[in-house]
Amino acid sequence: MEPQEQPGSTDSIGTEMVKHVALLVRLGLTEEEARAFSHQFNAIIDYFHLLNEVDTASVPPANASAHSSNVLRADQVAPSMSREAFLQNAPHAEGNFIRVPGVFDED
Amino acid sequence: MALVKYEPVIGLEIHAELLTRSKMFCSCSAVYSAASEPNTLICPVCTGLPGAMPVVNERAFELAVLVGLALNCSINATNTFARKNYFYPDLPKGYQISQYDLPVASDGWLEILEDSTAGSQRVGVRRAHLEEDTAKLFHHGDYALVDFNRAGVPLLEIVSEPDMHSVEAALAYAMKVRSILRYLGVNSGDMEKGVLRFEANVSVRPQGSTDLLTRTEIKNLNSFRALTRASAYEIERQTRLIESGGTVIQQTMGWDDAREVTVPQRSKEEAHDYRYFPEPDLPPLRIEPARVMEIRAQLPELPAAKAQRFVDQYGLLPKEALLLTAEKALADYFEAVVSLSKSPAKTVNHWVAGDLLRLINDRSIEFDQIPVSPANLAELIDLVSDKTITLNSSKEVWAAMLETGQRPGEIVKTKGLAQISDEKSIQLVVTRVLDENPDAIAQFLKGKETILQWLMGQVARATQGKADPQVSRRLLTEALATRGKSVEKGNPTRPS
Amino acid sequence: MELHNLTLRAAHQLLSTRQISSVELTTALLTRIRQVDPQLHAYVTVSDELALEQARQADARFRSGETITPLTGIPFAVKDCISTRGVRTTCSSKILENYVPQYNATVIDRLSEAGAVLLGKHNMDEFGMGSSCENSAFFPTRNPWDLERVPGGSSGGSAAAVAAGLTPFALGEDTGGSIRMPAGFCGVVGLKPTYGRVSRYGLIALVSSFDTIGPLTRDVYDCATVLQAIAGKDPYDATSLPEAVPDYLKNLDRPVKGLRLGIPKEYFLPGMEPGVEKALREAVRALEGLGMQVREVSLPHTRYGLPVYYLILFAEASANLARFDGTRFGRSDQEKARNVVDMYLQTRREGFGAEVKRRIMLGAYVLSAGYYDAYYLKAQKVRTLVRRDFEAAFEECDLLAAPICPTTAFKIGEKIDDPLTMYLSDIHVVSTNPAGVPALNVPCGFSQGLPVGMQLIGKQLSEALLLQVGHAYQMATDWHKMRPAIS
Repeated sequence: MEPQEQPGSTDSIGTEMVKHVALLVRLGLTEEEARAFSHQFNAIIDYFHLLNEVDTASVPPANASAHSSNVLRADQVAPSMSREAFLQNAPHAEGNFIRVPGVFDED
Repeated sequence: MALVKYEPVIGLEIHAELLTRSKMFCSCSAVYSAASEPNTLICPVCTGLPGAMPVVNERAFELAVLVGLALNCSINATNTFARKNYFYPDLPKGYQISQYDLPVASDGWLEILEDSTAGSQRVGVRRAHLEEDTAKLFHHGDYALVDFNRAGVPLLEIVSEPDMHSVEAALAYAMKVRSILRYLGVNSGDMEKGVLRFEANVSVRPQGSTDLLTRTEIKNLNSFRALTRASAYEIERQTRLIESGGTVIQQTMGWDDAREVTVPQRSKEEAHDYRYFPEPDLPPLRIEPARVMEIRAQLPELPAAKAQRFVDQYGLLPKEALLLTAEKALADYFEAVVSLSKSPAKTVNHWVAGDLLRLINDRSIEFDQIPVSPANLAELIDLVSDKTITLNSSKEVWAAMLETGQRPGEIVKTKGLAQISDEKSIQLVVTRVLDENPDAIAQFLKGKETILQWLMGQVARATQGKADPQVSRRLLTEALATRGKSVEKGNPTRPS
Repeated sequence: MELHNLTLRAAHQLLSTRQISSVELTTALLTRIRQVDPQLHAYVTVSDELALEQARQADARFRSGETITPLTGIPFAVKDCISTRGVRTTCSSKILENYVPQYNATVIDRLSEAGAVLLGKHNMDEFGMGSSCENSAFFPTRNPWDLERVPGGSSGGSAAAVAAGLTPFALGEDTGGSIRMPAGFCGVVGLKPTYGRVSRYGLIALVSSFDTIGPLTRDVYDCATVLQAIAGKDPYDATSLPEAVPDYLKNLDRPVKGLRLGIPKEYFLPGMEPGVEKALREAVRALEGLGMQVREVSLPHTRYGLPVYYLILFAEASANLARFDGTRFGRSDQEKARNVVDMYLQTRREGFGAEVKRRIMLGAYVLSAGYYDAYYLKAQKVRTLVRRDFEAAFEECDLLAAPICPTTAFKIGEKIDDPLTMYLSDIHVVSTNPAGVPALNVPCGFSQGLPVGMQLIGKQLSEALLLQVGHAYQMATDWHKMRPAIS
């Protein structure tokens, strides 16, 4: 992940940025909604710049768990969930499959 | 102005499913195949149901280390998982659990094109990391169907350095990796079934430069043919583009096999903001050097070492050794025949790399299902070596062996194919052949030496191929000399 | 006797001596729910048929003398983010309004094996995002002490239900105060165990690094009983801790004399409601009276706990909620969709509330290429410092005491308009989850008629100690015996 200088509070999350992240997380937004969120986001992110007060130059990130490691599962097969149970919750099933609208644009 | 020559720069990403019993993060069977009923090898974990959680398959980890070692990588003391976030219907959680910062293995290499005149090349292996495979999508125009049997199957992604500078090199590397995976028994190499997939990163640069220019990524190459054709096309396309003053745009491409072109694939979202972050549901994996040693001890003799040994032990040429060792089953077969046969290894190779390999290719036989036993082939080879039958007859015996499965010795007896070596019988045939072909004799005496070959053929035909060729040649040559002398002495050429 | 007000200990006594049956007890609870819940809206789903069936099975167990546990025949309910096979599980979200899981969370299996009886599912802030239960997509739950006020969140339904006698005990979930705050606001005991002490398998994830399932009960003894039944390593949860589960009840009565109690000075902020501060100080004095040694300690990075918490929350939640896409379960808006992306956009637009959308988008933002280091990675580093604060404090003392919130329960609608203000009210409870440490809320008084809670915070895997101190406090006080006058 690329190193980045600390963003100052002049960085603002404009409506375009809101629309960009909304698309990344597949949330349909209207123009008006994007604008409203933009205001809120700026306030929240600005508040978080509080963290810049803390010197973390030689501090490791906490998520590399100090406690556990090597939690592994033996390579054995256990009974699966029944297809019936699975498809029961499916909004749209077709035969033995889940059905979704057209998929274009490979990722 | 000097014409700039461009060279290709190719890196390959190989996705190989690992042959474990269960999936990467759950205990569903990983042995899915087209035959399995759709959506039967599933559970909350691999279908991404709310509340489900992953747990790492111990064997997948072990196999990843094994492959890393076979690719001459360092095995990282700690490796961690990460979430790769994007939306697609074959990705149930909306993220794929993969590895980012710390993969299982890194900094490896493979030698390729060892028998080329330019000498072997080394391709760097940047990393090998574990991840989970996606579900299968079946497109039907304006809708698609999803089968989650494959979702969660363990996948090893092997990323090369951009060290290949020709389509030939890329193919050689891809074949070598596939060969190694088969040797280890971790992947069948069956690209048609999709268990092994390639992606090529292709760019070009002026020859002599060491810069890396903008590249395109060609995805979903499911055969060597697609790999080579797509790479070649893309190299050509980029070269022509640059030469005409254009610039290469970084984009993902697909290969349209029907039209034989690469096609840009545009997604609505901006390219690849996967927002990787460490997977909080999985603690890191750590491995001690002692354990790495244990796994290393499980490595079989790999193709490169085996090929070298074949050169040293059997006196084969590097090219011959490479051919035999590309498939472990074939190499083992060869060695079995050598150990059972009295003939030199080179002779055995002639048969194995010749008639046998031709048979295997013609009939698309699996290497571990060769229809001729090593014992039988050894016997056949020896029958020729010790002159029980001629090389000519051996073809007939070979065909009969394939048809009936009988031992070659039996076939020779049954069909009376034993070589004729006694001079008296051959002499009779030689005489008759010469008597019947006065023009041939005349041509020979005028100096056309190739007629001898033709006459040998006639003798062979007259004896159903059983006449010992060496004796035939000697007697024919002597007889021709005798008749020649008669002519010189002015005697008419008349049968004696 | 009021069956719905029995502690677990008392109920077990009556059940095991066959003075009451599980069916009787369960029926009493179901009746009470029918009567009182329309005022509170603590329940999203009441599973009466299943409850009575399980009650009958429990009674059979009592008759046959099969393994009886302290929870056999005892009804309970859980926050609606815990998967229950065959019983609708919604996370109080429209996107899961009709979702029925096909499997049980591990904690449900464990309680089921123990013979407990599932009454239903409790309302919450949608996907746990909120501190008041006002973010539920269905309805807000009300505080049984004052129906105009919030019960706290996000396990508001569970806290209100335990307080009002609508369930003998509940399982809630605490990501950043979500058990403790509502427990504090409603005057019940709520425990956030050490991260990994209780399996998360089947818990619909919000923040994978912080989420913890824990009990809400009437008293500390009951809390220990429930924890005993649900704690322990689960092979399905790779983050569950391998350490053995101690006997939580065994040393509950041990005297607390000599234990060192730390009061983190950063937790007593100016502007605290005077009644809350007073109740806390009295509670600390009570503990001193029991022989505990009180001293001031410092958790210098307290003020950074909020941004640390929220940044990591946004990031992980945005990934955890990606699976709600309308393909395999839950709400799906496909009809007008020209392609699958349309379906995603529409389904998630209609299915998620505003707060959820906000957090998901912010999560994508802070993880974006170019921002990762400045936000997510930075937060993880400061998190290490927050963790170290606690470790250092626990060198000097055995546990800490602190408020749950600067105020008591606020009015419904009072804080909902400004997300940032809402986030800031979590200051007392958000640091424990990033540090992974356990914390227990015990009712410790009232301020202006509303419950005040005190949280006892311990180092990792110190639940036994927290329960011991909580129990000692409850033996010396009566706050936990107070009940709201709702019927």
